[in-house]
Amino acid sequence: MADVKARVKVPATATKGEIIEIKTAIAHAMESGQRKDKEGKAIPRKIINKFVCTLNGKELFRSDWYTAVSANPYLSFFVRATESGTYDFAWYDDDGSVYHASASIAVS
Amino acid sequence: MSETEFRQPTLSRRHILLGTAAVGLMALPRWAAATPAEAEAVVAKLAGSAKPAASRIALQLPQIAENGNSVQFSVSVDSPMTETDYVKSIHIIADQNPYPEVATFYLSPANGKAEVTMRMRLAKTQNVRAIALMSDGSVHQAQQEVKVTIGGCGG
Repeated sequence: MADVKARVKVPATATKGEIIEIKTAIAHAMESGQRKDKEGKAIPRKIINKFVCTLNGKELFRSDWYTAVSANPYLSFFVRATESGTYDFAWYDDDGSVYHASASIAVS
Repeated sequence: MSETEFRQPTLSRRHILLGTAAVGLMALPRWAAATPAEAEAVVAKLAGSAKPAASRIALQLPQIAENGNSVQFSVSVDSPMTETDYVKSIHIIADQNPYPEVATFYLSPANGKAEVTMRMRLAKTQNVRAIALMSDGSVHQAQQEVKVTIGGCGG
């Protein structure tokens, strides 16, 4: 799925030790597997089941998602700014795809 | 703020079409809802031998959700988030969804602040809980009932 759009919002700069908020959103139907199509056949489940945030390769935050997460999942959380670098955000799809977004921060 | 484009999900034409199709389908299927007993079992498994305390954790939810497909929630846990005292994980459980588990968040001192905001589906009016597992082994729980006007497809 080339048209999966992910968006992240991270402050461009922060002072060392500052607690910053990170907001993320990704366009995804989060098909729960509970719905049926017109013929009454179950639409197979296809959701993002895991989200991981890393800074310079080190994991900072992880989340497991189940079928009750709304379509186009939005998530905000906090991290302590410790060093400059690049945050990577990864969303893991049931079908094996991994969607990425990144944002850099300068910590002084 | 960085240059990366960000905005809250907005309605595109495609979404509206998808939504319309979804509403049409929703009238047909009936799903088996989990029971509070199942949710209780999930909580018991999480808590282990610890008894969940109704303190240090706050769950923010609307009293009434008009659309069960997207119910915003915020959980915050009162914790210094230091190496010796931090929140290990936060679990969201909807008692009467087809699957009670909604999401799990794994935290560490790197987070600085134990707070997350997200949106979930609720199949019908029900009790929602947030469980926090702390680094010292204690367990904290908050819960609230949400009245759902239109249930979320597939909860």
